[in-house]
Amino acid sequence: MKILVAIKPVPNPDEKVKIKGDGSGIVLDNIKMVVNPFCEIAVEEALRIKEKQGGEVVVMMVGPKVGEQQVRTALAMGADRAVLVEAGTDLDSLAVAKVLAKVVESEKPDMVLMGKQAVDDDNNQVGQILAAVLGWPQATFASKVEFLADNRKANVTREVDGGLETIEVTLPAVVTTDLRLNEPRYASLPGIMKAKKKEVKVLELSSLGVDTAPRVKVLGYAPPKQRAGGGRVASVQELVEKLKNEAKVL
Amino acid sequence: MEFAFSPEQEALRDMLRTFVAKEVRPKAHTWDTTGEFPGETVARLGGLGILGAMVPEEYGGSGMDTVSYALAVEEIGKGDGSLGLTVASHNSLCVSHILSFGSEEIKRRYLPDLASGRKLGAWGLTEPGSGSDSLSMRTRAERKGDRWVINGSKMFITQGSVAGVYVILAVTDKEKGKDGITAFVAPSGAKGLSVGRKLHKLGMCSSDTAELVFEDLEVGPEAVVGRVNSGFRDTMKNLAGGRISIAALSMGIGLGAMQEALAYARERTQFGRPIADFQAIQWMFAEMATELEAAELMTFRAAALKDSGRPYVQEAAMAKLFASEAAMRGTIKAVQIFGGYGYTQEYPAERYMRDAKLCEIGEGTSEVQRIIIARNLIRGR
Ligand SMILES: Cc1cc2nc3c(=O)[nH]c(=O)nc-3n(C[C@H](O)[C@H](O)[C@H](O)COP(=O)(O)OP(=O)(O)OC[C@H]3O[C@@H](n4cnc5c(N)ncnc54)[C@H](O)[C@@H]3O)c2cc1C
Repeated sequence: MKILVAIKPVPNPDEKVKIKGDGSGIVLDNIKMVVNPFCEIAVEEALRIKEKQGGEVVVMMVGPKVGEQQVRTALAMGADRAVLVEAGTDLDSLAVAKVLAKVVESEKPDMVLMGKQAVDDDNNQVGQILAAVLGWPQATFASKVEFLADNRKANVTREVDGGLETIEVTLPAVVTTDLRLNEPRYASLPGIMKAKKKEVKVLELSSLGVDTAPRVKVLGYAPPKQRAGGGRVASVQELVEKLKNEAKVL
Repeated sequence: MEFAFSPEQEALRDMLRTFVAKEVRPKAHTWDTTGEFPGETVARLGGLGILGAMVPEEYGGSGMDTVSYALAVEEIGKGDGSLGLTVASHNSLCVSHILSFGSEEIKRRYLPDLASGRKLGAWGLTEPGSGSDSLSMRTRAERKGDRWVINGSKMFITQGSVAGVYVILAVTDKEKGKDGITAFVAPSGAKGLSVGRKLHKLGMCSSDTAELVFEDLEVGPEAVVGRVNSGFRDTMKNLAGGRISIAALSMGIGLGAMQEALAYARERTQFGRPIADFQAIQWMFAEMATELEAAELMTFRAAALKDSGRPYVQEAAMAKLFASEAAMRGTIKAVQIFGGYGYTQEYPAERYMRDAKLCEIGEGTSEVQRIIIARNLIRGR
């Protein structure tokens, strides 16, 4: 089975991000970038499928060349090779999906695995749009993936509100991963050394002939409201009174 | 002159930071208080290639350089000194002795298991009556035809009770002093090799330290690591490399304590302000950070010298001396910053302080490092 995994570099979720003075974006200097955690889960799932039934795991990424570091992380985990389409950070979900579709068309995988969303923008769109652009079935929020009928089909268990839903999709399909699908492995030292020698094909965005003109315009960024500090209450009565009249939750 | 890690070194560091944050730091307190050897976590480090960091791929290792290895020990030490010591002693004492001086046959026989962590390595030089003056060792190996019979004992041996492979130094020609000592390798369970007491320690509590006893331990000629009578000179070379890892471990312990103290100082308020606002506290941080930065530069420079094949003995001794003493001073400050809580096991500061002390003793005390450094200077090495 050949699996194409899309990954996105995102600012380390453990670090505090700052918004630029003019509200046009976040300050990325000195911020450590990591592979989006949901994408890491997608890489892990692809590797486990390959370990079970053989095949190839190819990583794809759209974005600035510095993202190669995160691509190498996926290679160090065990992916075989990668395709990096060099682009700015200004592409919206539709543009990214169209670019990924070009890579999918030339690689012809049996499945595309990707995170359900990236933890930076939380858009939760690219997987769905990609499936639509390709005209492929999609199974989002996967917490379990099983193959049937000689890999012509897959059963995907999805995390939906209040429970689980299992659907059958015909392959090739786009599957997006949820948190509980697996626990990604750490890249081993030999893996890191091998990743250095693996192929990362770099493509120019312009060479793909995709219209990436933005359909979405970001008007501004603002930090979440500062939390007001907590206060102490003297008695249970006071607490109940405050919950009733101030917080209005009782 | 460039001060930058390669992309692979950064990848290794990032991976270990995540691993240590998730798998080591949260457990270090329990390991310390129970003194239990964290075999499962050590095995996972083996799976990640950390236990064969510098072993070439052909023997099942990761083939990394000394700088990468020092980075790994530092990151692990930040989370848990004991685990850092396990990794450092396994790699730098046992594995490195076999890798640097062992015959092809010995390397093929032992390194794949050691590098993968299927077996842990121990290395025995010190004896109850012989430490800094290691040449005065009394464990002896006597010829019996073409075989050797070893009798004696070893003290303070890291991985003493958990190792699968032992490298043992013994006198083979008493008259020849430095040229009369030989290294032998023996597997655990060999007849005549037994583990004596396990030692209870001030710190590094979940690193395994034990006494070894040899009673007519018989080995063949193929068990000689290096040449007959080259063991002491090989050991001195091996220890020079080991000092880099103790320097890296010291740095990790110091920085780990500093991170904990910083988080605490920002949160703890007295007199209506976070204690980090007090200049007395700030100065402690400034000194700690500066000394640990200096230690870092010295350690990675020694490692880089070794990687480039240039002399590094002096630099490694200086790095070990400075880094271990900086870590000691730094961890004492960390306890001070935590105040009364620092003195309790409610917070990790005191553990870092107890762990740091070993770095001033193991693989040559601070006094011995000073002797080496001064001797090199005066003799104009
Ligand atoms: C936790 C732990 C793990 C260890 N692991 C190992 C291991 O795996 N393998 C191994 O072989 N050994 C190991 N050691 C032993 C360690 O290397 C020795 O403890 C160390 O070298 C000091 O030897 P000693 O304890 O006999 O002290 P001594 O040599 O008796 O020293 C006592 C004091 O005298 C000072 N001193 C000695 N000689 C001089 C001198 N000429 N001038 C000035 N001062 C001097 C020393 O600096 C020290 O302060 C370990 C020790 C510990 C505590």
